[in-house]
Amino acid sequence: MLGLTPKDTTLLIIVAILTLFAPFILNPFPTDSAMAQFNAGYPDLMQRFVIFGIFAIGFNILFGLTGYLSFGHAAFLGVGSYSAVWMMKLLTMNVIPAIVLSVIVAGLFSVVIGYISLRRSGIYFSILTLAFAQMSYNLAYSVLTPVTNGETGLQIALDDPRILDGANAPQYPNLFGTEMNDAVTMTLGPWAFTFSVGYYVCAIIMMLAFYLSIRIFRSPFGMMLRAVKSNQQRMNYTGLNTRPYTLAAFVISGMYAGLAGGLMASMDPLAGAERMQWTASGEVVLMTILGGAGTLIGPVVGAGFIKYFENIFSKINDSILHQWFSFMPEGLEDLLVFLVHPFIGKGWHLTLGLLFMLVVIFLPGGLVEGGQRLSKMFRRKAKTSDEKTDGKTSPAE
Amino acid sequence: MDAIILQLLNGLDKGSAYALIALGLTLIFGTLGVVNFAHGAIFMIGAFCAVTLSKLFNLSHKSSEPSGTDFLGNPKYEDILYVKDWFGESFGAWMIDWSVPLAVIFAIPIMVGLGFLMERGLIKHFYKRPHADQILVTFGLAIVLQEIIKYFYGANPIPTTAPEAFRGSFDFGVLLGFDQNAIIYPYWRLVYFGFSALIIGAVFAFLQFTTFGMVVRAGMADRETVGLLGININRRFTIMFGIAAAVAGLAGVMYAPINSPNYHMGMDFLVLSFVVVVVGGMGSLPGAVLAGFLLGILESFASMNEVKNVLPGIDQIIIYLVAIIILLTRPRGLMGRRGVMEE
Repeated sequence: MLGLTPKDTTLLIIVAILTLFAPFILNPFPTDSAMAQFNAGYPDLMQRFVIFGIFAIGFNILFGLTGYLSFGHAAFLGVGSYSAVWMMKLLTMNVIPAIVLSVIVAGLFSVVIGYISLRRSGIYFSILTLAFAQMSYNLAYSVLTPVTNGETGLQIALDDPRILDGANAPQYPNLFGTEMNDAVTMTLGPWAFTFSVGYYVCAIIMMLAFYLSIRIFRSPFGMMLRAVKSNQQRMNYTGLNTRPYTLAAFVISGMYAGLAGGLMASMDPLAGAERMQWTASGEVVLMTILGGAGTLIGPVVGAGFIKYFENIFSKINDSILHQWFSFMPEGLEDLLVFLVHPFIGKGWHLTLGLLFMLVVIFLPGGLVEGGQRLSKMFRRKAKTSDEKTDGKTSPAE
Repeated sequence: MDAIILQLLNGLDKGSAYALIALGLTLIFGTLGVVNFAHGAIFMIGAFCAVTLSKLFNLSHKSSEPSGTDFLGNPKYEDILYVKDWFGESFGAWMIDWSVPLAVIFAIPIMVGLGFLMERGLIKHFYKRPHADQILVTFGLAIVLQEIIKYFYGANPIPTTAPEAFRGSFDFGVLLGFDQNAIIYPYWRLVYFGFSALIIGAVFAFLQFTTFGMVVRAGMADRETVGLLGININRRFTIMFGIAAAVAGLAGVMYAPINSPNYHMGMDFLVLSFVVVVVGGMGSLPGAVLAGFLLGILESFASMNEVKNVLPGIDQIIIYLVAIIILLTRPRGLMGRRGVMEE
């Protein structure tokens, strides 16, 4: 279907179902129950899942396929946000032109930065992209204040021109009149599910982005990028110029980042320089690696995982912990709360750092590899138990 | 003219911090071939050694005898500092005053120990993995280290003072025949520059004039051959990792009075130090020192008003701009050796 192999079609359909039914799936607990804090089905968080999912999918096209580790991708995200907000200030509050412009501008930026940075590889490439991103960040903070509004961040105002909008056009980001913040809440017994317009716009765009990334992965172009990753020198010796391919991958992933930035600004019309800081670039690296670089679904899993736990872990506090451990004897309860305390609430980054280290050390393929190993283990167990009944031994593979 | 000299001096102290961190990074890269993103965190922990020591010296207990009554008539107890109790009034006061320089002694074993722990516990397992993996795992370690510090010390910067004797400023201009107050330079920055020059000199002397250093240099040039000669090069490289950690840590200790330590200062310095290392040439020790001072001085020149009027915003990007130009025109950096991480 759609030019995909059956396996990829299944994957795409699974992702589509998961994203379309996310308001149900992420809200498994009744609203009043004690577990309601683990619900993630509210529009703001779900939007972040898919937007960062797009960002990570794009980053994976560069890092996962070519092995070039860029430490400056947040610059494209920031540029995308700024151009989207400018579009909303000048043209119209409709999100379509904003998103289109953010992709184009991010693409132009990535052509320039990629053309220069891709002259080197390895750590030099990382440092070059980092240097460009830090330059953009510093400039956005200082000299470019007329464009970026410096530390305050770029916002929309009532007296902006908006030449395409009529007098009674909506004042909020909208899609042909339907505002992004519009939401329908459905109550089913103790459960409440919120369906917001903004989330579904993001979700549909993410599915398109995901589909495109599958096509890129399976295309001859994707094969070429993988060949660059496994041995660029050999490619060069065969007389092939790899630069256009890597540059194309860089620009595509930069446009994905711009798309994510544009969407971010469309959901909440505001853009700040801190989106370009190198820690933001580091975050997308974390997402991709944690999920599994070079796999199709990995970056989405990583983005969802990090954003979910960031929200949930930072909400847990000591009194909730006391509730959980209240079945234990007094002293033990206090001890457990004391031990867990550094890892929750504000200490979420500590948990993230530890988790990330563990993944890099033990699971270089990320969570996806972890899942594969688990399923393989179960399959093997099933197989060996079968073989035992047969009384046969199989030769080592 | 006086403005130029002032900026030159201003560049020196920042440059010395860059040079010291970059020196440690290069030592680790040159010996073990590991790209250590946790090096900034080591610098930060060094600064917190100074904070810890001055906090320890300021621990006090209530006096047993009331020294008088407060305005409500309750007995008033004085806080007595333990150090004054143990070492006498004047020596105790001196120790508190000099807590930052004393922290240098206190920090050396801690930093070396931390370095050993990191190398043996974590980085050892990453020699054979790709550079990207090394960057990622040490990046994770840096996050963990800085979050631990944040947990214990909070997120706010903690002001730490230099000894009384170095707190003022030095009128440098008079020495050179300028007007008074033309070139004012804080004493402590002068001390910092001297200190870093001393450390850099000591590291170079250690590598150049001792047998141990000779073996290490041989190992940097060709690790396999040195190993074939029956020398346990790994053990020496572990020690070098400890030394590199100590260099970054001491840079942090002495930097505490210049800039109040906070938990993410390491990350801020790390990015710049990596740029410095790459500009100097991966694996080249003199290159790291040279590039550190060069970039520090360039940065302070770029922040002069005269320059900023011509090129607005140049002070924010000068380091990165220089790095990009050098990386594109000199693939090995300023003083990189042939064949070391060229691609």
